[in-house]
Amino acid sequence: MEMNRRKFLKLGTAAVAGLGVAAASTSPAVAAAVNGSYKNAEGKQNDVTWGMVIDMNKMDNETLNKCIEACHKFHNVPNIDTKKDEVKWIWGEPFEHLFLDETHEKMGEKFKDKNFMTICNHCAEPVCVRVCPVKATFMNAQGVVGMDMHRCLGCRNCMAACPYGARSFNYKAPRDYIEEINPSYPTRMKGVVEKCNFCSERLAVGELPLCAEIAGAAITFGNIADPNSGVSKKLADNFTLQRRSNLGTKPKVYYIV
Amino acid sequence: MKKTNVIIGIVIFAILVTVPFWSAILSPASGAAPEVSFDTPVINQLSGDDYKCVEDVEWMRAHHMDLLSDWKVEVVREGTRTYIAEDGTEYLASLQNTCFECHSNYEDFCLKCHTYADVNPTCWECHVEPTVAGGAA
Ligand code: SF4
Ligand code: SF4
Ligand code: SF4
Repeated sequence: MEMNRRKFLKLGTAAVAGLGVAAASTSPAVAAAVNGSYKNAEGKQNDVTWGMVIDMNKMDNETLNKCIEACHKFHNVPNIDTKKDEVKWIWGEPFEHLFLDETHEKMGEKFKDKNFMTICNHCAEPVCVRVCPVKATFMNAQGVVGMDMHRCLGCRNCMAACPYGARSFNYKAPRDYIEEINPSYPTRMKGVVEKCNFCSERLAVGELPLCAEIAGAAITFGNIADPNSGVSKKLADNFTLQRRSNLGTKPKVYYIV
Repeated sequence: MKKTNVIIGIVIFAILVTVPFWSAILSPASGAAPEVSFDTPVINQLSGDDYKCVEDVEWMRAHHMDLLSDWKVEVVREGTRTYIAEDGTEYLASLQNTCFECHSNYEDFCLKCHTYADVNPTCWECHVEPTVAGGAA
């Protein structure tokens, strides 16, 4: 049987604990190891890579605002209205902020007035993961760039590294700025970084990300590793843009403009 | 130096070193084990074979923190959210959405023992205890 890192650590911990008990021969301890198991722990969807196509012809400001509200409400994102302290997972930006090199002076008004949905790109080559000293930011088996809040030191290396400004730092105690706490999701504490998690808590139970559910036809979400998925077909049939593709970060959020 | 002085010194030293034990035994309140409450709406609905915790109750008392720590890694880093207990029952591995469903009385449950054991777990800096949101989800 192949020994993965987790099994190794578990066995290692058990061995050390065993030595400790033997050496100290203290109380007739109840077994310390967790003996239960996890469903699909071995056969997880390792052939899935999640990606998102945002069709800006179908996305309007109103829909985007609904997505922002729902995401921030569900994920207990604090609402702080100063530029320096604000925390955001999803927001709107004008076209030229996202696609500077593609902008020109004769561009139509309808693009200038539009808010382009902006989130973490869940890059296939994420700089944020490389610079995190404690692996608090990591990429999971399905390509989602997630954060382990239990580990984040608040060093902000990831914020400096992310070329897309996708991350926010909690300069203030976030709970003071959440109108109504959603009890089914944690909050964060002062001093950690946060960002869009591609709704990994929903993906884990087979649901679409909240924004994709709300935006309907404007967002296609799915497995970009499967050429027959809806999202792959969208990519095959449409001209799409990635933000700053020249950087080599390989974003997995694509835009139809 | 007189021999008796040395002995008196040793006795005083021994008493001082063992002060924590004496004070614990002599002070009436601190010795008593806390009484946690199981009187919550969801627990009161449970009966027969359903009246159980995720794992054996004695084990949970001693090791709930090990289980939670294990869940933390599995859920956050591995993305596996279904825990299969030793008796085969499946649970969503979630402090806020599973544990608090039954233990919706943070103050009479979690806090009682944590105060008694003088531990200050940092869970609550982020995880929402039922009292904050006014009831478990
Ligand atoms: S957008 Fe930024 S935070 Fe998101 S994965 Fe890419 S580098 Fe990391
Ligand atoms: S702020 Fe947190 S997530 Fe970002 S690099 Fe530092 S430890 Fe990692
Ligand atoms: S994928 Fe989920 S977390 Fe990310 S912006 Fe959409 S709703 Fe928010």
